[in-house]
Amino acid sequence: MAAGVATWLPFARAAAVGWLPLAKKTMPKPPVDKKSRNDEILFVNVSGLRFQTWKNTLDRYPDTLLGSSEKEFFFNEDTQEYFFDRDPEMFRHILNFYRTGKLHYPRQECIQAFDEELAFYGIVPDIIGDCCMEEYRDRKKENQERLAEDTEAEMATDTPLPPHSTSRERLWRAFENPHTSTMALVFYYVTGFFIAVSVIANVVETVPCRPLKGSKKDLPCGEKYSLAFFCMDTACVLIFTFEYLMRLFAAPSRCKFMRSVMSVIDVVAIMPYYIGLVMPENEDVSGAFVTLRVFRVFRIFKFSRHSQGLRILGYTLKSCASELGFLLFSLTMAIIIFATVMFYAEKGTKGTNFTSIPASFWYTIVTMTTLGYGDMVPNTIAGKIFGSICSLSGVLVIALPVPVIVSNFSRIYHQNQRADKMRAQQKVRLARIRLAKKGTTNAFLQYKEEGGFQNKLQYTANDSALCLKNRSSFEHQHHHLLHCLEKTTNHEFTDELTFSEMCMTESVGYRTSRSTSISSQQGVTTSCCPRRAKRRAIRLANSTVSVSRGSVQELDTLQVHKTSAGPQSSRSSLNARTEDLKLNCEDRDFTAAIISIPTPPANTPDESLPPSPAIPGILRNSRSSFTHETVKISSL
Amino acid sequence: MGAVVGTLTLQTRQRRPSRATMFGSTNHDRVDDDLELSVVCHRPEGLEQLEALTKFNKKELQVLYRGFKNECPSGVVNEETFKQIYSQFFPHGDASTYAHYLFNAFDSTQSGSIKFEDFVTALSILLRGTTTEKLQWTFNLYDINRDGLINKEEMTDIVKAIYDMMGRFTYPALKTDTTKQHVDAFFQKMDKNRDGFVTLDEFILSCQEDENIMRSLQLFENVI
Repeated sequence: MAAGVATWLPFARAAAVGWLPLAKKTMPKPPVDKKSRNDEILFVNVSGLRFQTWKNTLDRYPDTLLGSSEKEFFFNEDTQEYFFDRDPEMFRHILNFYRTGKLHYPRQECIQAFDEELAFYGIVPDIIGDCCMEEYRDRKKENQERLAEDTEAEMATDTPLPPHSTSRERLWRAFENPHTSTMALVFYYVTGFFIAVSVIANVVETVPCRPLKGSKKDLPCGEKYSLAFFCMDTACVLIFTFEYLMRLFAAPSRCKFMRSVMSVIDVVAIMPYYIGLVMPENEDVSGAFVTLRVFRVFRIFKFSRHSQGLRILGYTLKSCASELGFLLFSLTMAIIIFATVMFYAEKGTKGTNFTSIPASFWYTIVTMTTLGYGDMVPNTIAGKIFGSICSLSGVLVIALPVPVIVSNFSRIYHQNQRADKMRAQQKVRLARIRLAKKGTTNAFLQYKEEGGFQNKLQYTANDSALCLKNRSSFEHQHHHLLHCLEKTTNHEFTDELTFSEMCMTESVGYRTSRSTSISSQQGVTTSCCPRRAKRRAIRLANSTVSVSRGSVQELDTLQVHKTSAGPQSSRSSLNARTEDLKLNCEDRDFTAAIISIPTPPANTPDESLPPSPAIPGILRNSRSSFTHETVKISSL
Repeated sequence: MGAVVGTLTLQTRQRRPSRATMFGSTNHDRVDDDLELSVVCHRPEGLEQLEALTKFNKKELQVLYRGFKNECPSGVVNEETFKQIYSQFFPHGDASTYAHYLFNAFDSTQSGSIKFEDFVTALSILLRGTTTEKLQWTFNLYDINRDGLINKEEMTDIVKAIYDMMGRFTYPALKTDTTKQHVDAFFQKMDKNRDGFVTLDEFILSCQEDENIMRSLQLFENVI
């Protein structure tokens, strides 16, 4: 029941008095409405824009946020109003819904923003009024399509391979996306080249070459150099066959692959050759054999794998199938009509070309498409009149469906452009997102590094305290939370690089000798960071194997550091870094690594590196300045 | 309530002299259902006047008018809208016939549309009026042809309209002669002199004798 009708309920109840004399029994007692009947004005403050409305207005729709007791959660006692931190412009439409009972969709707003607001206020979008329903639906569908496209594009091409893909999957990926690996790219270009060679050979072999000695007739080159052409053809077909078989092998769904258009084209391209091999050089079947050679020209369609534009064209034609069908049908109708008319108009003329209606078809087609070869012309006046009508109407009939096809093509083309642009921007975007994510994790790791877990009172240097205060209370609490999680799971956070290195080291080899050039003067807990920095230096300088070894040891030592943390040493190391703290506080790009190995910590007899002020600086600097610093270390 | 904010009616000039009369706007408040010709609004008489006329206070009138105006921005209700609104309260059956009779009862001036004054006057009678007034209103409702008498046909129509509102699915099921029985029972009670007609006095008298009816009439005090 429409909520607005609720206002008429008192009237309907009053009208029930009319039933009383007819009633045989007493009427039941009416419900007593205890709450105050006085209507009050409510204040709703949406991001500063103050709305006022009657309480009854909002009560009309009790299953929405504003109509139910849910709005009490947003009631601000101090200002005696309901405060919502949402878009005030959108709220206007929401409130109008309560007032008029019809929900309208504002055309200038984003569809997703509108949907979100509706969801927040608990209003179902289905009640959008008829006036706005179509627009709403269209835009929603458009948005969903765009989203689907985006996710498809995201997932389809540039996602890195899952680490444990079979060779078959990798092969398929290489075929589908040639730019992912060098080999695939090479193969792509080679096949492209051979397609071109094959097509050119087909074309050239029909060109007349100079005749053989002693003969006057011009031979087509194909027959003069038949062996050469045959070899070239064989080579191309071999390559194509090989490619086809590879694709067949790599395809995730062989049946689906065999049914796809490209696969059919491939088969059609190579079949004639094999059939030609098999068939004998018989005069009777050579006619059929010659026909088969025509199919070789289909190799040119293989280029559509290499060209985006061709694919778009093909897709457009497919999607415009109905318009093309209509065009064909109307043309056929017109051709038949005009051919008949022309035939009967020219029937009387002697020696006319219009010998039959089917013969007139040729004239009609040539005229309607405004070709006008002139091999058939009408002679009678009636014929000429009808001929001119034919050519005029031809223009019209062809011009009608063409804009539809054009607009389809344009839409698909732009969609593709957008997809390509998105893909190009995707990389940059993902990189930025990764950087931002790393920023937050690194903030935490940096926080830990600076001994943030220690009591602040222990810090003596003003700088360090200042630096730590730069973090908001939000960050403090967030970091505390992450720390709690670490303690709970007995694992620690790390960054991507070190983790991937970890994976590599696990496969390479684990516990190598502890003989490193790093020692610890102040015991195990001293300056894990310089050690780490040294490891980094080694990593850059040496081969990957030693690097992995180094990093593993680094991990061990770090583990040790974590479990046996002594405040003094860490503090001293902190103090040593005070001068660097200031300049490095702003730099969030931090490549610290703390990886946990769930193994008992080993007491590593490490040498210590004399703590130098330069070393901690390495920790904080971004990777770009890394190499510069490592030089310093190796010199030490 | 008398404040006029912009005007859409075609007959503004004629309106002013009629302000002196109470419900005086009969002759030029005909609502034109044809949207192309005009958008006629009716504005009711002032709040004070209505307050004097009815037994509602200012606040109640305000609430009533706001609801009324919301549903009918033009200020009048025509029969179709009225039927639609009333039918929404009785989704099971067909309330259009009874709504028709109700409409006629509300439309005291027989203008074809209910204005706010009609609406409020009727409500005032039904909710705040004396028993006699209420019974008089009911008699008017039953007296379809406004001849001062209720005959059996009128009563049958009314009763049938009421049963129509029940719809088909009732318990116990409606029988073909339920209506007739009901009407006969009614006449048995009301028609004192057995002449086949019920006059106003007979009606009021009979109702006052009936305990049930009297008690039920008190129940509708607090609807607003």
